[in-house]
Amino acid sequence: MSDRPITSKADLNWVLKMAWRDGRASGKRLLLFMASIILGIAALVSIQSFSKNLKENIALQSKSLMGADYIIDTNQIPTERVQTIIDSLGADAQEVSFASMAAFPKNGAAKLVQVRGITSKFPFYGELETEPRSAASTYHKSDKALVDGTLMLQYGLKPGDSIKVGNSTFAIGGILKSVPGSSALSASFAPTVLLPYNQIEGTGLLQLGSRLDYNYYFKNDQEIDLKELNETLDPILNAENADLDTHISTSERLGRTYENFSKFLNLVAFIALLLGCVGIASSVYIYIKEKLRAVAILKCIGATRKQTFLIYLIQIAGMGLVGGLIGTILGLVLQQSFPVLLQDFLPFTVELSIDIQPILTGLLLGVFMSVLFALLPLMGTWYVSPLQVLRIQEGPLAPRKTILGILAGILLFIFGFSFWLLRDWRYALSFVMAILVTFSVLSGIAALFMKMVKKFFPSSWGFCARQSLLNLFRPNNQTMTLLLAIGVGSFLISTLYFTKDMLLAKASLENSSDNPNIILMDVQTDQKEAVINSIASTGLKILDNIPIITMRVANIKGIPVNTIRKDTTSAIKKWVLNHEFRVTYRDSLLPTEKLISGEFIKKIPSEGLVPISLSDNLARDAGVIVGDTLSFNVQGVLMKAIVGSIRQIDWARMRMNFNMVFPLGVLESAPQFHVLSTNSPNVKTSAKLQRELVREFPNVSVLDLRQVLLLVQGILNKISWVINFMAFFSILTGIIVLIGSVRTSKYQRIKESVLLRTLGAKNNQILKITALEYLYLGVLGSGIGILLSLVSSQLLAWFVFDSPFAPSWIPFLILLPGITVIVLLIGLGNSRSVLNSPPLQILRKEGV
Amino acid sequence: MTKILNVHNLGKTYVSGSRKLTVLDDISFDVDAGATFSIVGPSGSGKTTLLGLCAGLDKADSGTVELCGTTIETLNEDERALLRNLKVGFIFQDFQLLPTLTALENVSVPLELQGAKNAREIAIELLQKVGLADRSHHYPSQLSGGEQQRVALARAFSNKPSILFADEPTGNLDEETGEKVVQLLFELNKETGTTLIIVTHDLDLAKRTQHILRLKGGKILTNQAMNVS
Repeated sequence: MSDRPITSKADLNWVLKMAWRDGRASGKRLLLFMASIILGIAALVSIQSFSKNLKENIALQSKSLMGADYIIDTNQIPTERVQTIIDSLGADAQEVSFASMAAFPKNGAAKLVQVRGITSKFPFYGELETEPRSAASTYHKSDKALVDGTLMLQYGLKPGDSIKVGNSTFAIGGILKSVPGSSALSASFAPTVLLPYNQIEGTGLLQLGSRLDYNYYFKNDQEIDLKELNETLDPILNAENADLDTHISTSERLGRTYENFSKFLNLVAFIALLLGCVGIASSVYIYIKEKLRAVAILKCIGATRKQTFLIYLIQIAGMGLVGGLIGTILGLVLQQSFPVLLQDFLPFTVELSIDIQPILTGLLLGVFMSVLFALLPLMGTWYVSPLQVLRIQEGPLAPRKTILGILAGILLFIFGFSFWLLRDWRYALSFVMAILVTFSVLSGIAALFMKMVKKFFPSSWGFCARQSLLNLFRPNNQTMTLLLAIGVGSFLISTLYFTKDMLLAKASLENSSDNPNIILMDVQTDQKEAVINSIASTGLKILDNIPIITMRVANIKGIPVNTIRKDTTSAIKKWVLNHEFRVTYRDSLLPTEKLISGEFIKKIPSEGLVPISLSDNLARDAGVIVGDTLSFNVQGVLMKAIVGSIRQIDWARMRMNFNMVFPLGVLESAPQFHVLSTNSPNVKTSAKLQRELVREFPNVSVLDLRQVLLLVQGILNKISWVINFMAFFSILTGIIVLIGSVRTSKYQRIKESVLLRTLGAKNNQILKITALEYLYLGVLGSGIGILLSLVSSQLLAWFVFDSPFAPSWIPFLILLPGITVIVLLIGLGNSRSVLNSPPLQILRKEGV
Repeated sequence: MTKILNVHNLGKTYVSGSRKLTVLDDISFDVDAGATFSIVGPSGSGKTTLLGLCAGLDKADSGTVELCGTTIETLNEDERALLRNLKVGFIFQDFQLLPTLTALENVSVPLELQGAKNAREIAIELLQKVGLADRSHHYPSQLSGGEQQRVALARAFSNKPSILFADEPTGNLDEETGEKVVQLLFELNKETGTTLIIVTHDLDLAKRTQHILRLKGGKILTNQAMNVS
């Protein structure tokens, strides 16, 4: 024997033939395994493909996104040095933009808008989309305004109507549909009003207090190396509070923003796929268990371990390939809906094309993940002894080393794939850990539950209730899989729900007349009294009257900001060095503030440096503690200060909060403007106040917090819609896994039900047993999922949102019963055939 | 005469918890090539275990089995599978057909494993011999017990085995069907010159073989040649 070849003569063709023959008879069941991964793959492929398209589109359209080759921007009148640079490069167009109130004489309404005064040549790339089309080229010559489409719709405006900005009134030349560089989202906060550049001066709004932005647009006719230009000029411009952005760097930044969002969505899709794989593993476990007898027969008549293993491996891989293929096709179809879903977040139209990489990813993932997750149960075919044909023994167990090896492989794969998605090993590791914890907690609770039921079995219960409870830990039970599928699904939906809740609660207004909901900005010192009187005449109370002085940091702990900028090792955040701080002075802490170190000094001491109070986040980012010195450039005057105290601020409360507070007696004579606030009891009063204020004080901007909140709510709804859309795949996969698991154990359940019927059980007793069993599973699975989501949401509240978390009852009142009903329906649907047919017929039909 | 099966001092023990259970104890016997041989004994006497060890389905704790000139203890699992494929046929009490394969496919599998080109033709011929040519495309669940056992017979003879092991071949059949299957078994055996080893507790069936080995409590009670015409 020893010199004989030890391989069987049957080749791979035979193995393929056997896989096909066996699969043909098990087709329906394999189809269900396949369905488990289809949605996960579809979700992944659609996101991957869309992200790739988005990236390519951004790169292709980078110039038209900016409208120019590069921009120099600054939020102050350019310094001499900046102006010299701009002049030497030769700006082709320029813009000044600011937020301001606009009034509509037609109906007397007023609204905060973003005014952009631009010279005629802009944009050099892309186009101003207007209606009528000609308005884009004629508004300059005819000194008309182009007004955001949504705003026109909201206030019932038409081309030809007028709009008042500051002291000037303009005829509306056309509806503005899109401007390079702004998305629907940014326009919704302050809708854009485009004016000819030379008309801005006349509005009288270019004055102290207005937050002005100056943009200089350049066309790269001399074909300068933009990267080099950026590297040379940006540090010089930064030192002068200006910035240079090229179309390349801007598109890269934009790309990164969307990439982060797509990474997140990819992870949600990956969870759906993982859930599907858990379904595969559990279904294959039962499937292979039932095939072991056939494997033993094959071994008995001469098939080798490798041959029998390959038969089922090929089946699973084939199923994964078909699942991957269907999922990929579905994903590519699904991708078409993304531009519609995300239109508000995209500053341009995305041209979709088909890329090979997401398709390959889908197909490979289908095969690889099915095989990987099925490997553990598949090993049973390798270790089953041919002796099983003579005597049924306990299931074959793969050696511990093999099991651990496969489990390690699965974890390594999840880590590898998430690393590929996130490109950061720490995030990938956290993701793997989070998955591990969620799955372990769910399976741990499931195991504990079964143990407890066994230990404290309610023997006094009626027959049906007892029988249904017993079903939960019968041999080959699917309790664990079902609880995992239901639990992970509920966990995901309810975490999303709580998170949305938390974000909305954070942004909501405290409904009391002492809390401001209308904020008046840019009130000049000489206007202050008149504005206060005007508000008082409408019967409203002034809640805040805050003086504001703008300044920049000049040096920190004696080191000039320019030196810090050049120091690559410095941990000081860049924003601190470049930010124009809006500072106030007062003699007390607000209810939203808490002193965490130092002493809050009310009035400047007779000698020594000015003791100021910083917010904890500013102190952290500037790397200073109490006692450190800072110097400020207060509109040309240098002022030295010392950190007197550090405050913790509850930013979540919508109040006028300040990073820097000075004591009384220092800034009173500095050029300043004021912010006033009041509480308007209803929308009507608020609209009336805004109309009056804009008429009397055109430079004062009115921020209606109610409107802002509505916008925030709208955006959160849109974002959560997209996230829910992805979570939907997890839930649907969960349901498919559920159906798969229930169907897998159908034969066994039917045998038991038939036996019970043969012994005289009535239909409604069997129905009751089944219904109760799925009720336990539904309530327990969704209950654990929701409870787990409470923990995760609390963690998110602590570590991410930094806000208190008060869970709502909605997930418990709607999600829990909803999911339980679905589980119940699936379970009962499965046993319908048992109830409607005579026992013998079922046994014959199901007997394979 | 050449010995096709040599069993020397065979022993098998199962461990169940802390208990050791000796199923076979010092079993030795041999079987001539082409002979018919039966192993009888009450339930629990070790018949099926002995058959499993003789056919290389399991490993003995002590002793040796020489099957078709090969000591099977020296072979690994895949080598034993190959030996069974080339030299051994099986018939089981509960037929053990592959449920997802048709009758024809069930019969042709051992030949396909050998890489035979004409597996299908041989299988059809064998199904004709057992009277099931018209049921060749039926699945086992669509056949009666007797028909399933006849398919199993056709499969057992498909690889022209040197030795055929039958474990209670009539155990799941009624008397009449059982008799038909037995007749077919002996006819095919005679026709092909295969050695036939039957494990049974049906003494009438055992008496139709040339040799009876009686087991009790894992030990040989008698090893007796019969006068069979």
